[in-house]
Amino acid sequence: MAERIYIFKRFERFWHWSQALLIIFLLVTGFEIHGTYSLFGFHAATELHTTAAWTLVALWVFAIFWHFTTGEWKQYIPTMEKVDAMLKFYLTGIFTDAPHPFKQTTVRKHNPLQRLAYLFVLAIINPLIWTTGWFYLFYDSWESWGFGWLNLEWVAFFHVIAAFMILIFLIAHIYLATAGHTVSAHIKAMITGWEEVED
Amino acid sequence: MFKFKYKGAELIVAFVLSLGMIWPAYATSDAKAVDKAPVKTKGSSVDVFDIATEQDKKSTADHSKFKELQVDFKDGPAVTKACLACHTEASKQLHKTKHWNWDYINADTKQHLGKKNVINNFCTSVPSNYKFCTACHIGYGWEDENFDFTAEEKVDCLVCHDTTASYKKLPGLAGHPNYKTMEWPPHSGKFRAPTDLKRIAQNVGKTSRATCGACHFRGGGGDAVKHGDLDSTLTNPSRYLDVHMDAKGLDFSCAKCHTSDSHEVAGSRYQPTAVDDKGTFIRGSKDERNAATCVACHGNVPHDGEYEKMNSHTDKLACQTCHIPAYARGNKHTKMSWDWSTLGEMDENGKPKKIFGSEGKVLYDSKKGDFTYDRYVIPEYQWFNGEVEFTLADTKFDPSQVLKINSFKGNADDGKSRIWPTKVFRGKQMYDKGNNTLVVTSLSDDKETALWKNFDINKAVEYGMKYAGRDFSGQVGWIETEMSWPITHMVAPKEDVVACHQCHTENGRLAGIDGIYMPGANNTPLLDKLGFALALLTLIGVLIHGAIRYFMHKRGG
Repeated sequence: MAERIYIFKRFERFWHWSQALLIIFLLVTGFEIHGTYSLFGFHAATELHTTAAWTLVALWVFAIFWHFTTGEWKQYIPTMEKVDAMLKFYLTGIFTDAPHPFKQTTVRKHNPLQRLAYLFVLAIINPLIWTTGWFYLFYDSWESWGFGWLNLEWVAFFHVIAAFMILIFLIAHIYLATAGHTVSAHIKAMITGWEEVED
Repeated sequence: MFKFKYKGAELIVAFVLSLGMIWPAYATSDAKAVDKAPVKTKGSSVDVFDIATEQDKKSTADHSKFKELQVDFKDGPAVTKACLACHTEASKQLHKTKHWNWDYINADTKQHLGKKNVINNFCTSVPSNYKFCTACHIGYGWEDENFDFTAEEKVDCLVCHDTTASYKKLPGLAGHPNYKTMEWPPHSGKFRAPTDLKRIAQNVGKTSRATCGACHFRGGGGDAVKHGDLDSTLTNPSRYLDVHMDAKGLDFSCAKCHTSDSHEVAGSRYQPTAVDDKGTFIRGSKDERNAATCVACHGNVPHDGEYEKMNSHTDKLACQTCHIPAYARGNKHTKMSWDWSTLGEMDENGKPKKIFGSEGKVLYDSKKGDFTYDRYVIPEYQWFNGEVEFTLADTKFDPSQVLKINSFKGNADDGKSRIWPTKVFRGKQMYDKGNNTLVVTSLSDDKETALWKNFDINKAVEYGMKYAGRDFSGQVGWIETEMSWPITHMVAPKEDVVACHQCHTENGRLAGIDGIYMPGANNTPLLDKLGFALALLTLIGVLIHGAIRYFMHKRGG
């Protein structure tokens, strides 16, 4: 029998989905600014991109506050335990309906691969995209901040690298969301908060 | 609307789209066209007169009440004498100016410039052609090198201070207007009545777009020919054509920006101000900077609200680059090229001929060669720091290269350059093949050696060079030349400025300008290929993974 546990709290779900929308929107407008295609028009795309970025900043302020006050930040502490089992599961077990090597609980929501992936996002991609993004926005102030030596080409280069990493993360993330014990289990959990966990 | 550069991007974006994102109904707002339907302007003298009389009503002096001016003047110098009776220092002031001397030394480059010295790729050179060229000199009687530059009565007050629009100095009269009835234009069958000096003298006033324009709109020998951003449509311009000079709006005269002190007028093309980072030029400031810059009034951070980001562009771009989307915006054709090498071809009767285009412009003239024209022209952009190096009369050059008559100095890294819109005028003109120098050519002199008399270029150059006292090898060749003109007039209203996407795109307006990074201009092709390839591989990977799951599950279940 499956057991139902309440994994994702209301704010967490709100944070996840609004962040998802913002990130996708930032990708769409960002790649337009980069020149990959034309959709909103360059000027509108820059305005929308900037607005979406600041909205995401605001959302993050709340999210960071929430993670620290609830202690949920501990969910992102990395572990190598069972990483190999997880990899093996995705490479073989998942095809033969083998049991999931990780048992989800409210104190351990993320499997070890997830922890590593999210930590990579937190520690590498996010600092890269935010730092370069802010430098982009505050181009006028470089001189007065002592960054006069910086050039836009490199700031943009790393901003685009980070954007590609986010795009790739997004594709993998969406797919792996279907890798629960049923295809829709994880997705449902992220909507309702409740995950069915196998005994 | 969608145009992808990479096949992979298409798949990825299709994937992203399939997530069911709801697109905000956001309209493309920056797709403004550069060229709007031309607005007809009325350039009639009546309008000018009306403006002038309005202006005169504000003056504390009604010149028609002065006894000194209630006489029949025999010529221009006689008027000047009358002016000097009250304005005692005026001629002394003018004697110090470029307008008078046509002689200028650039203190930075030490080059000896000025109209009488430089050689351009229009009519090329002043010496030996004074009588024609000096129709645009602010003096009377400069017909050869013996002109007395200290003569006070030879200063022409009226050409700048006329308000009646009836004062006209004609080519060939060495700076005089016609004092007798005269056929004009030559061989046209039309006649100009003698200039009414009394009426003109009694109606003097401030300079206007019309008076400055009498010469500056007609540089290169005709309306709109030379500058591209100055032509007679600016006499009475619409807001579309020039937001500041808009006759029904701000109605700026030239002097509003080109302020003057003791008749010395601000602004220069020999030593232009390419970068002004000093902010607004406050009244009372002891700073001796050029008042005729955008920044002098608008400051260094003029954009706010939706366009605040444009302030970030001012470290690379001149204001003009965005705010003057095209030159020759008044619907008049400006000359784009002049090929002297084809001159001298005669019609079937052996007479000089002119070939006209469908809009009445001269495309070929036996006296001058071939011309091309254009209007609503998108400028060519160049880094420019204000330093202009001229090819002077004695500058030796390599005739296998296109010769820059003037080269605009500057680059992305010198910290004092901005990207400027320019008109590049292309020519093919005579040069001294033996000495590899530009030449002085006698075009319009009375002498039989003048080109426009006998169509013999060798004689014309030989005489011109002798006249200028220069060494000539005897061999005339043809050299391709380019001359750059900064574009700074015909400032569009804000709704007509260059839109973001016209530069921020592949092969946009600034394609070819080095040293800048422009988002949207396909700057990182390698990274893009790599990034989209990896994203595509990830997508294919998860799709295969999913497919295997699906089939295995189906078989197993």
